[in-house]
Amino acid sequence: MSDGAPAGDAGYDEWADALAGGGYYLSCPDGHGSLPPRRVCPECGDDALSEEPLPETGEVVTFSEVHVAPPDFAEQTPYVTAVVAFGPVRLTGIVRGLDADDVEIGTQVGVDVTRNETTGNRLLVFRAT
Amino acid sequence: MTGVRVAGVGLTEFGEHGDRTGRDLFAEAADTALRDAGVDRETVEQLNYGNFMGALAERQSHQAPLMAEAAGLHCPATRYEEACASAGVAVREAVRAVRTGEVDVAVAGGMERMTNLSTERVTESLAVAADELFEVRAGVTFPGAYALMARRYFDRFGGDETDLAHVASKNHTHALDNEYAQYQREVSVEEALDAPTVASPLGLFDACPVTDGASALVLVSEATAETHDLTAPVAVTGTGQGSDRAALQDRETIAETPAARRAAEAAYDDAGITAEDVAVAEVHDCFTIAEVLALESLGLYEPGEAVGAARRGETTHDGELPVNLSGGLKAKGHPVGATGGSQIAELTRLLRGDHPNSEWVSDAEVGVTHNAGGTVASAVVHVLEVAG
Repeated sequence: MSDGAPAGDAGYDEWADALAGGGYYLSCPDGHGSLPPRRVCPECGDDALSEEPLPETGEVVTFSEVHVAPPDFAEQTPYVTAVVAFGPVRLTGIVRGLDADDVEIGTQVGVDVTRNETTGNRLLVFRAT
Repeated sequence: MTGVRVAGVGLTEFGEHGDRTGRDLFAEAADTALRDAGVDRETVEQLNYGNFMGALAERQSHQAPLMAEAAGLHCPATRYEEACASAGVAVREAVRAVRTGEVDVAVAGGMERMTNLSTERVTESLAVAADELFEVRAGVTFPGAYALMARRYFDRFGGDETDLAHVASKNHTHALDNEYAQYQREVSVEEALDAPTVASPLGLFDACPVTDGASALVLVSEATAETHDLTAPVAVTGTGQGSDRAALQDRETIAETPAARRAAEAAYDDAGITAEDVAVAEVHDCFTIAEVLALESLGLYEPGEAVGAARRGETTHDGELPVNLSGGLKAKGHPVGATGGSQIAELTRLLRGDHPNSEWVSDAEVGVTHNAGGTVASAVVHVLEVAG
């Protein structure tokens, strides 16, 4: 049992923290990208996964300005959630420093990690490059 | 392998049930279904029960035995959880059990109690169906996720908010005479377009309401229907299920729902039909864009073509292919864990002629239901046919 300190999420935590310094994704020999924690490639099942540097810039695949949020995000509404493609992987996070009107499919952004002030959880954020 | 008949259907009214417990809601639906079927409780050999968020809404897991007890059933009972597809999966497994001859009479359905929670808590509870690490922590809500899909769809195929407003308006019109519907009132296209934004590009009337309710079906083997002289003119002739990566970011496409396509292909193959045979459909329109994605995954429209279907009048009650004559999740309501069973109950009523909207499909022989979990990481499709 826990002694009260919240347990982490091994694999995910290290991956998210590394986004502050550029970040990485996992790749199998066939080039399928995935994100940790992984034992095998979710596409082909290969267990030879290597860490590859995440491209510095990604492209917005889709986004939404969220007006009705759960308690964990209530203090941030409205906020823009986006899915952004970085090479063979896509990441989901919150766009910072850009108004919703300035975000389009195709907008170039970089990724960083911060903390959700309500929960203390790691929070992926995208910023204009 | 034996054929499967829907011998009875039962629904509670969908809407706000205040202080009514989940067990009371399911007991009502099950009792109605058993009376409709005309079978004795003692003959029921299995209960398959769908529920999604009972642990959050009523602090109650391990619900299946509780629901069997509430319904007065003495048989093995199992809860199925696949988010909004929970009851669809529960029904599918009951169909499979009857087909193999393992059981002759099964009850399947589901229940959800939601309106006892605040809007914030409901939003939080529904979001649990998404990928916790990669979506929920990134602020993705349930409407937000469908908004991401809608934006991607518009970019790839075209269509706009007005097209979606026509879907909302259509389904509200369909619900007008449905005594089980949460909203029996018209919503005009203009009213839908003027509604506050929930998650752009989706507004309040693109979203289904928060709903309490329960559904139950009595499924029997063909032999049982015959020997017990049951009135069970509708058969479940096809069942199919598909899964996909949990997070939208990991899908091969965000503008389509491949899990539903796989479920539909499996169900059609199972029933020996093609999409051309389908005359009526009840699909999972938790958001207006979801109806569009469903119709394309079911093969009823080519990718990119379904977004204008309601606007063109093709999927309205008097159109070529009426869709969601019950009012859909949009207007009838969406008690998450009950919806998959409700869709089959409604389609059964439509096909056997005792639904308020049956007149629009009086010649229909084949209908489909499409039940989706989360952002369609799970999908269940059933084919129902009027048996000879």
